[in-house]
Amino acid sequence: MAHTTEEVLAGLAELITDETGIASDQVALEKSFTDDLDIDSISMMTIVVNAEEKFDVKIPDDEVKNLTTVGEAVDFITKAQA
Amino acid sequence: MSPLQQSVGAAHTRILSLGAARGDTVVSNDDIAGPIDSSDEWIRQRTGIIERRRSSENESAIDLAEHASREAITKAGIDPSDIGAVIVATISNAVQTPALAALLADRVGATPAAAYDISAACAGYTYGIAQADALIRAGSAKYVLVVGAEKLSDFAKPTDRSISFLLGDGAGAAIVGPSSEVGIGPTIWGSDGSKWDAVGMDRPLREAFDDPEGEFPTLRQDGQTVFRWAVWEMAKVAKEALDVSGVTVDELTAFVPHQANMRIIDEFAKQLKLPESVLIARDIETTGNTSAASIPLAMHALLAQHPEASGGLALQIGFGAGLVFGAQVVRLP
Repeated sequence: MAHTTEEVLAGLAELITDETGIASDQVALEKSFTDDLDIDSISMMTIVVNAEEKFDVKIPDDEVKNLTTVGEAVDFITKAQA
Repeated sequence: MSPLQQSVGAAHTRILSLGAARGDTVVSNDDIAGPIDSSDEWIRQRTGIIERRRSSENESAIDLAEHASREAITKAGIDPSDIGAVIVATISNAVQTPALAALLADRVGATPAAAYDISAACAGYTYGIAQADALIRAGSAKYVLVVGAEKLSDFAKPTDRSISFLLGDGAGAAIVGPSSEVGIGPTIWGSDGSKWDAVGMDRPLREAFDDPEGEFPTLRQDGQTVFRWAVWEMAKVAKEALDVSGVTVDELTAFVPHQANMRIIDEFAKQLKLPESVLIARDIETTGNTSAASIPLAMHALLAQHPEASGGLALQIGFGAGLVFGAQVVRLP
């Protein structure tokens, strides 16, 4: 079943917290993964793979490079589910 | 028709002994952080490497291979002339030909053994163990010397942030021989050439030759692609190697993955759900990533630290440029 934007954001925040320890209320749509949340490339890949499993979507390597903010990731996942 | 014979070898094989040699120079993170605008903390956090061992100018990959091989031969208690094949897994032979293996065979007195190099990058040692096992069981050799030998510092660029700062120099050697019980499980191996560009040299030799003003070819990688493949795809390969061996994670004494990056090793352990009782090789911390040499070096270090592990089962898995991979369960020498 497809998840709403809010559900994807909440689910993604949970995965980010698991991987990095960043409080989930810090994870907002406008935040940049690298500049605001200080997530390195290896943690980013771990989050991506866990997100694929959680939301049953495919996020290709080439696409990961375009996902700079939490909002872009949420958008991508939401559309990919459709 | 004239009769044609086929050879038949020992029923089982095992790794009889290991030998190790690390580069003669300790290179700290601070020593290499400057040109990549990095720091000791950044490198430790992202790779788990505290320091790496590299060879000085006068020490070459063949010197490291010889040192490691002599230790393995002595420990196995065999006559080097009984070695039927010498297999060197390496990506740092400085010439296209001849192979390092022929020179190594001569240096250690394993003549006139068959001798050849394998180009399977960080999976090379597991490929070598698979071949040694097959050669002995087929009766093509009584003992096989398998060596992973690298002087990667020759192919590292000080300003490269993708892989060079991980790299170390060393050689790990194994003597594989006949055994009364199974000591090498079935190998799960393969390749994925669709990711040929993910890790490897940054330019062909010929191009560098034609452009003498340009830079010598060095190693580079697309770290994210490699990390993702290395953990999640390789976890499946590792599980398959356990399944075909009829071994569960609870029966393992040790897990000896290619020492690519501590974060890969940690994530791997998580994916495989290894119980706390399984010893995990973390030689990368003080040796760095030595490609084909990393598994035997890590196993050698683990056994030095935990001699009681000898005789137990270890899952070893190599993966790298190609992309190529190989995994098998072995009995620790």
